Amino acid sequence: MIVFVSFLVVLMLVGAVAASVFRDLISAVITAALVSLIASILFYFLQAPDVAMAEASIGAALTAAIFIIAIRRTKRYEE
Amino acid sequence: MNFLDSYIYYIGAFGLILIGLYIILVKHNLIKVIVGLGILDTGVNLFLISVGYITKGTAPIFSRSGIDSEYMVDPVPQALVLTAIVIGVAVLALALSLAIRLYQHYGTLNLRKIREQKW
Amino acid sequence: MRRIISILLLVIIAFGISLSLAKIPFGVPKTKVGRHYINEGVKETGATNIVTSVVVSYRGFDTLGEVTVLFIAAIGLGAVLTTGVKGEMRKVQPASLVLYTGCRLLFPLILVFGTYVFIHGHLTPGGGFQGGAIIASGFLLIYLGCRERRISRVASNLAESLGGLTFVVIGLLGLAFGGYFLLNFLPKGTANALLSAGIIPIIYIAIGFKVGSELAGIIDNLIEES
Repeated sequence: MIVFVSFLVVLMLVGAVAASVFRDLISAVITAALVSLIASILFYFLQAPDVAMAEASIGAALTAAIFIIAIRRTKRYEE
Repeated sequence: MNFLDSYIYYIGAFGLILIGLYIILVKHNLIKVIVGLGILDTGVNLFLISVGYITKGTAPIFSRSGIDSEYMVDPVPQALVLTAIVIGVAVLALALSLAIRLYQHYGTLNLRKIREQKW
Repeated sequence: MRRIISILLLVIIAFGISLSLAKIPFGVPKTKVGRHYINEGVKETGATNIVTSVVVSYRGFDTLGEVTVLFIAAIGLGAVLTTGVKGEMRKVQPASLVLYTGCRLLFPLILVFGTYVFIHGHLTPGGGFQGGAIIASGFLLIYLGCRERRISRVASNLAESLGGLTFVVIGLLGLAFGGYFLLNFLPKGTANALLSAGIIPIIYIAIGFKVGSELAGIIDNLIEES
């Protein structure tokens, strides 16, 4: 149990570091959505089902969608 | 192992806050700064929920009558974080609309180039 | 130079935060207000989901402020984006028949699921914000799959305004009947029934409509290039 939670936390931190390193902005946004999804799983383990539902639907899906629509109207690659 | 057991959630939230702050301070591209703002928001919400956790607790919902309410986790931080998540997405949407207008006006999203342009 | 200063600043912040985090014990009950809400929540409000009763009934004024912030953000986004330069419309190829039919088939199911989540907000995990986000995801699917169908502006503005107005009017009715704003004046009923907990289901239905149409309007403003 504790091994699984530490594995998820390490994956979340590696994803956050990767979101700061990528030069393709769409890859950075998708990695940030992965961080939100793992945070939603950790909310479930902390016995908070309302917050897990809100984070999964708003943070992982809608935030990534509006980011990608905004990137489509500007540049895709960081210069 | 005992130390890891008690503090793993704090380390995760704390690491996310630091990485979000680093992205906001160092990166040049405006959209990447907004991504860092979102990561910072997620880290703070994770920290707030992990403060309200009680060991061997359960979710605060009385789904059947007669559930033992001795070991339920704190419901107040969950209500506050619910508000904070929705406000976070509202701030992100408004910031992205301002970024789109900046791109239409200056032609670039690099913060150094925008600062060097005079008028 | 800037990178070195910012890393130094982050090290100082990390040191300060870790010194104070070591004093917060993990997994120990810390406040007494939480215990009071858990022990008296079902009797005083009638909702069996304690987080819902805290969000709507005990802390209802904060929820009104949050709904206002979301409204201001949606209005600000619409005002900033419609005064831009008119670009040319991008050429989109029409979607294939499988994608078109699949999107049209899934859209009513997603709407029904979102409605179920916010109607049962006081009995199961869920509520107005989660249900509204699920409804907005259904509208996003329509925008991505079948490009030529749009939601009508009039219906979206009407749903959003009616939702916000219902919240404020119910609060003012509580002020008129009892003593304070957002008083729970409808009968509480039996716990675990669908029609219970006074005004909480009505407020959550209003919030669900408002948040769903607001987020769909944000996506509509961002996609249109005008």
